[in-house]
Amino acid sequence: MAQATQNPTRMELTRLKKKLVTAKRGHKLLKDKRDELMRQFLSLVRENKELREKVEKGIRACNSNFVLARASMSAEALNVALMAPKQEVYLETGTKNIMSVDIPSFDFRTRTQDANDIYSYGYAFTSADLDMAVKSIADILPDMLRLAECEKACQLMAAEIEKTRRRVNALEHVMIPQTEESIRYISMKLDENERSSQVRLMKVKDMMLEEAHHYKERIMTE
Amino acid sequence: MYKIAVMGDRDSIYGFAAVGLEPVVAEDAAQATEKLRELVSGEYAVIYITEALAGKIDKEIARYADRELPAIILIPGISGNTGNGLAAVKRSVERAIGSDIIFGEG
Repeated sequence: MAQATQNPTRMELTRLKKKLVTAKRGHKLLKDKRDELMRQFLSLVRENKELREKVEKGIRACNSNFVLARASMSAEALNVALMAPKQEVYLETGTKNIMSVDIPSFDFRTRTQDANDIYSYGYAFTSADLDMAVKSIADILPDMLRLAECEKACQLMAAEIEKTRRRVNALEHVMIPQTEESIRYISMKLDENERSSQVRLMKVKDMMLEEAHHYKERIMTE
Repeated sequence: MYKIAVMGDRDSIYGFAAVGLEPVVAEDAAQATEKLRELVSGEYAVIYITEALAGKIDKEIARYADRELPAIILIPGISGNTGNGLAAVKRSVERAIGSDIIFGEG
């Protein structure tokens, strides 16, 4: 819809035409960005889904191992065994840039050299089920970290895609049609002005000729 | 150097302490909100939280969804899998694409 306060001038028309070119170019670029983001996002989200299923299954197995361990040991013995953890995990974070979205990447490091150094107790007073449980958690840990990385990436990309999609839609359905409408309005208005001044000129010419030659009087006398 | 925290009820998370993650016990919503705020302002890059607990403080978790760090990830607790974790992935697909095209087929 044309704005009410549109000035039908040539300058305004040139300005709007430039604006339309920019808007169309921006629209094309953003559309390409959206398509590529979508492609990356879809493969990432499939990986995310697989990892999540794997991790959830792993944690369920860990939990059932812990239940077994708790059943065969007293609560105090279990608490004592896990009271002072031997291992600590640190994360180095970096960022990856996918289509201008900053995505964190995690690189984990354990405190001791040996990543399998996880048993914070002597084996004498604990059940073998506890060993199993702790081992199964240690096994699932790398996948859990990968899941964290992947899921965060998905969340951030989803937000970016949403933003880009809105921009594309705003350009496509609001900006571009509005500008085109304004351009049409102004050029029609200019044409109309042109025509009316043409008619005025013709009329003035008629009047001037009449003044000079008195055509009408001649017709009357004949 | 960032650390990793695990939040939830005691039984669900104490196993993770053995492998070097930091267990943070929280039983109810108020406590969990407070602890989560503490963790977010601290140097934690990843916070795992049990689905059961996350269900109670999902508004608080949603506040950090668009931040680069920390990543707040749902894990099933000892009481079982509520499906919230997968539902969160599904939500982000819906947010990005407008409708779910990944989970419908499976």
